[in-house]
Amino acid sequence: MTITELRKKFIEGSYTPVHALDDMRAVIEKRNGEINAFLDVYDDARVEAESATARFAAEGESAPSLLGQPIAVKHNILIKGKRATAASKILEHYVAPYDATIIARMREAGATFIGGTNLDEFAMGSSTENSAFGVTRNPIDPSRVPGGSSGGSAAAVAMGAAVASLGTDTGGSVRLPASFCGLVGFKPTYGGISRHGVIAMGSSLDQVGTMTNSVRDAEIIFSAVSGKDRFDATTITPETYPRVSLKDHYRIGVPRDFLSVGMEPDVLVRFDETIEALTKAGHEVVDVSLPLMKRGLAAYYIVMPAEVSSNLARYDGVRFGLHVDGANLLEDYFKSRAEGFGAEVKRRVLLGTYVLSSGYYDAYYGKAEQVRRMMRDEMNTVFKDVDLVMTPTSAAPAFKIGEKSDPLSMYLADIFTVSANLTGAPAISIPAGTVEREGIQLPVGVQYIAPHAGDERLFDFGKKAYDHALGIG
Amino acid sequence: MKREDIEHLAKLARIGITDAEADTLATDVTNVLSYISEIEDISGGEASEKQVGPLHTIMRPDTDPHEGNVYTEDLLKAAPNRDGRYVKVKKIIEEKS
Repeated sequence: MTITELRKKFIEGSYTPVHALDDMRAVIEKRNGEINAFLDVYDDARVEAESATARFAAEGESAPSLLGQPIAVKHNILIKGKRATAASKILEHYVAPYDATIIARMREAGATFIGGTNLDEFAMGSSTENSAFGVTRNPIDPSRVPGGSSGGSAAAVAMGAAVASLGTDTGGSVRLPASFCGLVGFKPTYGGISRHGVIAMGSSLDQVGTMTNSVRDAEIIFSAVSGKDRFDATTITPETYPRVSLKDHYRIGVPRDFLSVGMEPDVLVRFDETIEALTKAGHEVVDVSLPLMKRGLAAYYIVMPAEVSSNLARYDGVRFGLHVDGANLLEDYFKSRAEGFGAEVKRRVLLGTYVLSSGYYDAYYGKAEQVRRMMRDEMNTVFKDVDLVMTPTSAAPAFKIGEKSDPLSMYLADIFTVSANLTGAPAISIPAGTVEREGIQLPVGVQYIAPHAGDERLFDFGKKAYDHALGIG
Repeated sequence: MKREDIEHLAKLARIGITDAEADTLATDVTNVLSYISEIEDISGGEASEKQVGPLHTIMRPDTDPHEGNVYTEDLLKAAPNRDGRYVKVKKIIEEKS
């Protein structure tokens, strides 16, 4: 089900926002016990749905773009009066004192927030196994992970408990779970959507993204929420980057030598079939060389932990969050953070503390920022020749819960997605068929990256290549 | 990376860790460091400027503030210890005993 389809029914009056909400609440009732997609379900959504139903009767076609659409929200995005735990014990009882800008803008557009979803603690992970409040399971195969870190948001849409959801994407945390759950996952150009009211992880990488059942739906949400925000100085304007054109047919670059990185054979087959379909549809697919792309993950695991260690310094047990009492202030810090943070968070904070420590700063953080700059230049050069770059979203479909026990193997799940965060380019993961594992068809995704501010190009291309090709409304 | 190194980092990061945690972290952090060290051999590029995208030092005039006290109670409610309109913090400098 898509936003477009729901809206059509809402306007006709054949199916109302109240019906939609009740049906989705029934799904949550039935499946959330097993899947654990939602950490909170919002009862006041019913009142919003009732008012949306009345507004559709009165306003019809002129109703705002997201009116009555049940949206699930990752638990690291602030909704006034609701908990925002970031799936961490340290924020277990934290209630948001204000709306994030993206929430305020979606409210303005009429959205109904159905519930808050599970994630890897502070968005650190690729499987949603790192939550302090239990793992989220993949609705397609509950023995597998939904991907992460926005796994709850992906599972919510995949099981039909929301028409779309919000996640955050620091290294692939929207695109990876979208691909594992058969959804469209979109990460805008850095600065495309305000981060005000979004719990920070790696501030130079973080972006809010969407998970939807069509490319058009991602576009609908993006148009409602994007744009300059006085509360986020990094938000961009139409003047920030050169305009990115739309075309009838696109020239798409594939960094072929990068695809040798441990791809499972049938996932590569789906990828090549996608290329074939695109060529048939009149697009042109060529090989390009992006040698630095495979170095992205190493640079990412320097920049991200460095920013994590700085951002998470605010959880000190003084102003908000968990407080564990010690003999003095210093001991309060040690105890609150020891008890409040999970293993992965501690790992990244220490790693970040190390790479930022004097004597190592230049060798690690300085170097990584340099590599990042070079990656941006390399990508810009390639975009002189092609309109989009295309890679698999992941080398494999959803893996088993508990399968990746050592941190590094988990980190490698993001190998294809981190470069869009490091360079700030917009990227979208679009479903590309399924592969069979143990008799179950598991979805895989293909990622498309556009030049900076090329979000509209991703939508235009995606609608042609996916929505229209599959007849999705 | 040895257990003592991890303990030192944890001290800097103000996180209490157990001996068992320190041992696991020593292995994990060592593995990750050896992986990320692969960027050492990337050379070239006079590119050293540290910025994301074309925006930098973007400051707006500090005008148009919200009304006073609108958020005060909500924010104070989140504090673990408070005294009226203050967040209570323990003494930072202790007297020598």
